[in-house]
Amino acid sequence: MMDFFNDTVAGLFNYWIVFGLMMIGFYTVIAHDNLVKKLIGLNVFQTSVFILYISMGDIRGATAPILIDGQAIYAHPLPQVLILTAIVVGVSTTALGLALIVRIHEAYGAIEEDDVLAADFATQDAEDATEQARSAQARATEPHAPADADDGAEREESRPS
Amino acid sequence: MITHFFNQMPALVVVVPMLAAPLVVLAHRQWAAWLIFVGACWAIFGMAFLLFVEAKIAGQVSYAVGGWAPPFGIQLVIDPFNALVLLLVTGVAALTSLYARASIAAEIVAERGYLVYALLLLCIAGLVGITITGDAFNLFVFLEISSLSSYALIAMGPKRRALLSAFQYLIMGTVGGTFLLIGIGLVFMMTGTLNMADLASRLPPVADTHTVQAALAFIVVGLSLKAALFPLHVWLPNAYTYAPSVVSAFISATATKVAVYAVFRFVFTVFGVDYAFGTLPLGEVLLVLSAIAMIAASLAAIFQTDVKRLLAWSSIAQMGYIVAGFALATPDGISAGLVHLLNHGLIKGALFMAVGALFWRLRGSSINDLAGMGRAMPVTSAAFVVGGLSLIGVPATAGFISKWVLLSALFEAHRYLLVAMLLLASLLSIIYVGRVIEALYFRARPDDVTEHAHGEAPLGMQLATWALIAANIAIGLHATPELGAAQRAAAGLMGGGT
Repeated sequence: MMDFFNDTVAGLFNYWIVFGLMMIGFYTVIAHDNLVKKLIGLNVFQTSVFILYISMGDIRGATAPILIDGQAIYAHPLPQVLILTAIVVGVSTTALGLALIVRIHEAYGAIEEDDVLAADFATQDAEDATEQARSAQARATEPHAPADADDGAEREESRPS
Repeated sequence: MITHFFNQMPALVVVVPMLAAPLVVLAHRQWAAWLIFVGACWAIFGMAFLLFVEAKIAGQVSYAVGGWAPPFGIQLVIDPFNALVLLLVTGVAALTSLYARASIAAEIVAERGYLVYALLLLCIAGLVGITITGDAFNLFVFLEISSLSSYALIAMGPKRRALLSAFQYLIMGTVGGTFLLIGIGLVFMMTGTLNMADLASRLPPVADTHTVQAALAFIVVGLSLKAALFPLHVWLPNAYTYAPSVVSAFISATATKVAVYAVFRFVFTVFGVDYAFGTLPLGEVLLVLSAIAMIAASLAAIFQTDVKRLLAWSSIAQMGYIVAGFALATPDGISAGLVHLLNHGLIKGALFMAVGALFWRLRGSSINDLAGMGRAMPVTSAAFVVGGLSLIGVPATAGFISKWVLLSALFEAHRYLLVAMLLLASLLSIIYVGRVIEALYFRARPDDVTEHAHGEAPLGMQLATWALIAANIAIGLHATPELGAAQRAAAGLMGGGT
C-alpha cells in the first residue's frame, strides 16, 4: 500500500497535476460559452503541457541548470529552453485570441458564443432564404430555347456585352 | 561565393520570407510591400527548385542550423518526399504573389494591404519550415508560426463572420498544436532526442510502452486537426469561406497539405511503418475516416449555396483521398497519396483563384451571383471549368492521374469497398462542380447583382490562375516526372530513415 502510494500517487505527483490541469483547461474550452473563458481554458491547457516538460527535465536533488561550484547535478536544461519557446507561442496565441475577441465584440456586441452564433445563424438563414428564392426565380424564368432557334450564335450577338 | 550560396539554401528558403515580413511592414506602401512580397516568393521558389534538383541528384540535402551538428542542433533535411511538398508550397506562393495585388486591392482596406503581405510571408515561412525541418520541436514552432498568421489572415475577411471563424480556428488549431507538443514531449521523455532521424533509431527499443503509443496518438490527432481530416474538419468550411480570396487560395492549396505531410513524416520516418501500421491499427483507423470523409463531405458540398464553401467541403473530401493513399502504407499507396497531395494543391489553388477573380468583379460568391458569368468573364469561367474537370478527374487533367494511381493502389491492396466509395465520391463531385458550371454558362445574369468592376479580372490574377491550370493540364498529359518523383519519395519513406 505504501509502495503504491509512493510510486503512483506521490511519485507521479507532477503528472497527476499536469493531467488534472489539462482536463480542467480542455473542459473549459469545450463547455464554456464565453469566448474569454474559452481562451483562459486554452491557457490552462497549454500551461499544463509546460509543467509536463519542466517535470520531465527534473532530477531528484538537482539544482537549476546554472554552473555553481560544488554542485554537479543540475536539471536537464533543454526542456526548459523548449518550453520558453512554447510559452512565447502561448502568449502570442492569447494576444491574437484577445484581439479577435475585441473585434468580435465590436462587430456583434457580444462575447458569448451562443449569442454570436445566433447572430450568425440568423444571417445565414436570411442568406439561405434569399439564395433559395433567387434559385427558384432563376429556374422559373429560365430562358428555354425557343422552338425556332437553330443555334445560340444569334442570341449572343443581340446581347449587350 | 556561389557554392557558399548553394550550401546555405536550405536555411535561406525559410529565412528569406521570414525577414521579408518585417521589411514589408517597414515599406508600408502598397506597391513597395507587394514588390518585396513578389521578390521573396519567387526567390524561394527558385531556391526550392534548385533544392529539388539537388535532392534528386544527391538523394538528400542536410543542413545543420548554426553549424551545430545533428542530433544536437536543428537539422534541415530535404529528401525526395518533402522536396515535392516544398516545391508545391513555394510554387503556389510565387503564383499567389502575382495574384495578390489586384485581389487585395479590391478586398482589403488600402491602409491594411501591407499587413496581408507580411502575414502571408510569415505563413509561407512557417509552412516551408514545417516542410524541411528535421527536428520535431522545430516543426511545432513552425506549425504555430504558420497557424498564428493564418488565423490573422482569415480574420481579415470582409464579413464579420470571418472573425468568429478565425477564433474557432484559433481554438481548435491551438488545441491541435498543443496535442502535437504533448506528443513530442512524450517521445522526448522516452528517448532524450528531438532529431527525427535520431528519434527513428532510438524509438524501437522503447516502442512497446504506453508513453510512445500515447505520443503517436497525440501527434496524429494534433496534426490531423490541422489537416482537417474528418471528423476534425469543423473549422475548415467557415475559415475558407470567409477569408479574403487570396488567402483562401493560398491556404487551401498549401496549409492542409503541409499538415498531412507532417502527419506522415512522423508516422513513416519517426515511428516507422511497422510500428504505426503493424503494431498499432493506425492504417485501419485512417482508412475508415478517409472513406467517411470522401462521401460525407462530398454530399455536404452538393448542398452548398456558396461556391467558396462548396470548394471547402470538397477539400475535406479530397483530404480523404490523400489520407487513404498514405494509409495503405504500400509504396504505391504512398506515392498515390503524395501525387494527389500535389495535384489537389494545384487544383484547389486554381479553383479558389478563379472564384476569387469572379469575386473581384461581383463581390459575392454564391452560385446565384455567379449565374451567367460564363459570357461576362469567359477566360476566368473557362479556368474554373478546366479546374473543375480536373477536380472530377477527367482524363488529360492532373485529377485523372491522381485518381488513376490511387485506384490502382487500392486495387492492389484489395480494398474494393474503398474503390467503390472513391468512385462514388467522384460521381458526387460531378454534381457539385456541375452545379457551378450550370450556373456559369446556362443561366442568365440575375438583375439584382450590382457589379463592382467590369470586364475580365486584372492580368496578374488571370496569369496566376491559368499558370495553375496549365500545371494541371501539363501533369495530366505528361505525368511521368511527377509519378517518378513520388515513387522515389515513397521508396525512401518505406525504407525508413530521413
